[in-house]
Amino acid sequence: MADTVLDIRNLRVTFTGGAKHVRAVDGVDLAVAPGEVVALLGESGSGKSVTLRSVLRLHPEAKTRIAGSIVAAGVDVMALTGAALADFRGKTVSMIFQEPMLALDPVYSLGQQITESIRKHEPAVSAEAARRRAFELFEQVRIPSPERRLDAYPHEMSGGMRQRAMIALALACNPKVLLADEPTTALDATVQVQILLLLRELQRNLNLSMIFVTHDIGVGVEVADRIAVMYAGRIVEIGAVRDVIRTPRHPYTIGLLSTRAQGGRLSGNRLTTISGSPPDLANLPPGCAFAPRCASASAACREAAPAPVDLGAGHVVRCIHTAITA
Amino acid sequence: MRESDNVPLLEVRGLVKHFPVKRNLLGRATSVVSAVDGVDFDLRQGETLGVVGESGCGKSTTARLLMHLIEPSAGTIRFGGKTVGSAALPLKEFRRQVQLVFQDSYASLNPRLTVEESIAFGPMVHGTARTQAQARTHALLERVGLDPRRFAGRFTHELSGGQRQRVNIARALALQPRILVLDEAVSALDKSVEAQVLNLLLDLKQEFGLSYVFISHDLEVVRFMAARVLVMYLGRVAELAPTEALYTDSRHPYTTALVGSLLSMNPDRRTEAAPISGDPPNPIDPPPGCRFHTRCPHAEPVCAAGVPGLGMRAQEHWVACHMGDPMSGHSKAPARAA
Repeated sequence: MADTVLDIRNLRVTFTGGAKHVRAVDGVDLAVAPGEVVALLGESGSGKSVTLRSVLRLHPEAKTRIAGSIVAAGVDVMALTGAALADFRGKTVSMIFQEPMLALDPVYSLGQQITESIRKHEPAVSAEAARRRAFELFEQVRIPSPERRLDAYPHEMSGGMRQRAMIALALACNPKVLLADEPTTALDATVQVQILLLLRELQRNLNLSMIFVTHDIGVGVEVADRIAVMYAGRIVEIGAVRDVIRTPRHPYTIGLLSTRAQGGRLSGNRLTTISGSPPDLANLPPGCAFAPRCASASAACREAAPAPVDLGAGHVVRCIHTAITA
Repeated sequence: MRESDNVPLLEVRGLVKHFPVKRNLLGRATSVVSAVDGVDFDLRQGETLGVVGESGCGKSTTARLLMHLIEPSAGTIRFGGKTVGSAALPLKEFRRQVQLVFQDSYASLNPRLTVEESIAFGPMVHGTARTQAQARTHALLERVGLDPRRFAGRFTHELSGGQRQRVNIARALALQPRILVLDEAVSALDKSVEAQVLNLLLDLKQEFGLSYVFISHDLEVVRFMAARVLVMYLGRVAELAPTEALYTDSRHPYTTALVGSLLSMNPDRRTEAAPISGDPPNPIDPPPGCRFHTRCPHAEPVCAAGVPGLGMRAQEHWVACHMGDPMSGHSKAPARAA
């Protein structure tokens, strides 16, 4: 596709380090257009972060079996090795993490970390020019008194400021794709809104393509154009935010939306719940992974993994009972 | 003596906890974190009191102080009209009545004990015979939705997060307490599992006549669970009100910002501006006066000068803000009554 900046096809990731092989991602297809934001929504163990990390090839190679194809800005990610991979990371595709305290280096100042990244990817840039760019990045992410903050170490800043600094670092080399792995989950509510708004603004101004991993539907609604819902390593439903939120068709999405503690939940009433718990990835059932928890499940659901059903306008659901869920 | 209905189950007055962070050569504290700095509230029989606030506001310290897991620097706690720690109510007896469920379901269970041993431990310490404690353990496991035949002999690492939290709840109930303090008890759970545990908590409350102190950073969950909500900011109470009044008619600018930070879930009404900017200040060196004045859009010199008292501004609606106090001198305060 011409208008695709990131194309993931039939991605399968299996972790082989333990006694049992864990099938974390099981056939994910996802195409992201330039300037588009896709929220990857799911619970722990659904494979959303594993999918994201695969794009930068961050999984330990000796303990991971990875198959399928990933093409980012014309680069075949699976074929990259050594220096080419290092150059790709941060320059073509960049990433921000949930815990800036763990992602940033504690023994270098933030200015040093940003200038190092710039000069590593663009050796022609002088130290002064790199520092100037770091200063501009700090202004862009609205860190107060940026000149002073460039010399600060990560532990000297508050959680929100650290997250801003990490965004600045991720944007230092003008990447085309930004991957965000729960960047606001560890933040307080009043700070979360600030970071979400900042990311949305930067994404628009720089026309970035983004995959935004989150477990919070509310966050997905705030930032994304499309939402992809993951369950047990597969995308079970994908579509425009409005379609997924207003007319969800996969029983899991429907369940998630109804359990969500929203103003509509009346105090004192019981919550509608999805029974059971997420499946063991080392021991997945042959059919639809959600079938054991699904009220609409039939014998056919347990036999084979359901094929994607296209409901039109890019709303695709992996469920054989979309007639019931409408 | 029968407790009168008018006496709150738990009365907390002037609760203070200072943690020393730096000491001089003589071991005297030269710098302290005032984690909790003068907190007052009541917990009524059968009620769920929600406690909300951001990290560092003192919610978890308050939970630990309620249990006397850490000694308060000042303040009193009365349970059913009797002062905790006095001759009328020794600490051990009080602790049987109040149990705590933590956020980290894994860290709060002993990995070398089976589920059954963990739950039966408390009753046996308090003098229940082993066979009796085991029988109660099995009944409780059944009650929290874990089949005792399958789960009693398991170790904690063999359970999922939701199952472990059910074990923690069963353990908390083993001593037949009157109060459960739930400190972010569902925060680590996935949303689909969280809903199951919240339903369980509602059922147990009814069945055992419990009262809850429900501490959470998640305002939506608190709205669902609580009858009244206490909002904390940097160790102090900002607002205390019936739940719906707090969410729809907040009187403290911090509460308004917190409620305004709730995400809309509506793609056509996305948040366009953050309600407040900046991060919560460091509790080691909190701002003078009203601790919120550094981030407050309505701050005036009076806010930095004086600490606002907690005053009743409407029915059962307590607020610590100079804007609600006619005597404060804040320009937005209501006019003084003639």
